[in-house]
Amino acid sequence: MTLMAVERIKLVTTRAPWLCAILALGLTVGLAAVYAMQADHEVAISGSQLGIPFGLIVVMVLATLSVTTEYRTGTIRTTFQAAPSRVKVLGAKAATVAIIAGVIGEVYSFASFGAGQLLARDGAAPLSTAGDWRQVAGAGLIYAAGAILAVAVGILIRHTAGALALLLVYTLMAENLIQVIPNVGMDIHPWMPFHVGQKFLSTDGPGVGFFPTDDITLSPWASLAYFAAFAVVLLAIALGVAKKRDA
Amino acid sequence: MIEAVGLTKRYGSVLAVDDLSFTVRPGHVTGFLGPNGAGKSTTMRMILGLDNPTRGQVLIDGKRYAELREPLRSVGALLEASWVHPNRSARNHLLWMAKSNRIPTRRVDEVLEQVGLTSVQNKRAGGFSLGMSQRLGIAGALLGDPGILLFDEPVNGLDPEGILWIRQFMQRLAAEGRTVLVSSHLLSEMAQTAEELVVVGKGKLIAQTSTSAFIDQASESTVRVRSPRLDALRQLLLGKGHPVDYVDGTLLVRAATTEHIGDLAAANGIPLHELTTQRGSLEQAFMQLTGDAVEFHTHLDSAAEQAPELTAQGANR
Repeated sequence: MTLMAVERIKLVTTRAPWLCAILALGLTVGLAAVYAMQADHEVAISGSQLGIPFGLIVVMVLATLSVTTEYRTGTIRTTFQAAPSRVKVLGAKAATVAIIAGVIGEVYSFASFGAGQLLARDGAAPLSTAGDWRQVAGAGLIYAAGAILAVAVGILIRHTAGALALLLVYTLMAENLIQVIPNVGMDIHPWMPFHVGQKFLSTDGPGVGFFPTDDITLSPWASLAYFAAFAVVLLAIALGVAKKRDA
Repeated sequence: MIEAVGLTKRYGSVLAVDDLSFTVRPGHVTGFLGPNGAGKSTTMRMILGLDNPTRGQVLIDGKRYAELREPLRSVGALLEASWVHPNRSARNHLLWMAKSNRIPTRRVDEVLEQVGLTSVQNKRAGGFSLGMSQRLGIAGALLGDPGILLFDEPVNGLDPEGILWIRQFMQRLAAEGRTVLVSSHLLSEMAQTAEELVVVGKGKLIAQTSTSAFIDQASESTVRVRSPRLDALRQLLLGKGHPVDYVDGTLLVRAATTEHIGDLAAANGIPLHELTTQRGSLEQAFMQLTGDAVEFHTHLDSAAEQAPELTAQGANR
């Protein structure tokens, strides 16, 4: 708990996390508001949650920076001096960042939903089914898992530019480009972690939503578990590497 | 107390620290002396558990660093003053450090006061001058009121006032019974700060001794003489078997005391205008001892080493 409090202090006493949080706010709630105001039809749940995947990327940038700035500035060494157990201290960092990311995801997804309700001219779909609730309330869980994954990448790569380039290129391009690989591409794509994670936040039924997840056979909750497991395994690898490596 | 036993660190094909064993005792400032690249910083990082030794170990009061509970209360260290987040305030930097080892917030105010940063505690650390950063680093080291303190090249780049402040500060910490290890590549600096020395070159231990013994052993003293009858005096001294150099209108006599030369001159009626003992240059002595232990030789270095010899040879004829 002490170490998590330390990580919280570190996060809130620098500017970058706040800037990321504000940017994510614009991309999620801001986008939802603009969409709702322009829509000439009833705004579906998926419509109000349109910006959530973009917010996720910004939150992952926040999570990555929480590690890589420590390596860049050298405070990681002060951190390891203060708490020599690297598994504990980096684990506490991952947990803290995950909780903050989860809160951001939860607040922004409900705020996005609220924006849809308030601003849509032709009304917006209410939260009626369990699937509707999952789509909105699930954002926090995906954000938390995504943050753990980003922390792991930050620990492994250590350089801000490298870690961010890898994460952005991977999430924005690589997973989709996999599909163009002849023969196997279409078989691999349903198992790409971010793509699978997206299923958890998608509307039930085929072909609905902005990010089609029809090719995924896993159930929404199994999709979340798959994405989270991927993040946790990557974190475990990162912690193992950090333990052995010179700081 | 810090004990290094057979400490070895290899980076690829480079042996940065080679079977280094030494002990640092409480109550003194111990200088960790060696040319740049001798492995001082690597050794300090291994003491703090930041780098893993390839072989050997280093113990702090009998424990490895990783075994220390709330280590900031046992060991304070300033390795690099730049290890702060530039956009975090000095106070917040110390706050998270304090929090991590359950050190009361009151201590943060105390150490800020102690290093004289109270008035700028809420300013971002990135805007600090080198001297202020150095003070912030020292504040961090003192936070847990530790019995052992490590400073890596703390006076590098500081102005004379800053150097004096740090020097006195370290001596006061040692006088309080703490173990203080300070690294430097400047013997002249260590001569004024440290009582004990651990001297390394190319990762190997060259000497562990008191500073005065090291200087005595390392530098021979010469006597400088000026006289209107210099030539007569030179013949006399050569007759007595003293090696004599003639430099810029003065005689430099090696292996002799001022008493001896003064008496000799008086007995022979030679007036003296100057008679002073000169300590051999500490830096020269240091270079002699660490001689081929310097990692990167430059042509400039070898030219500088040869120059005094040339003058001396010319003068002997």
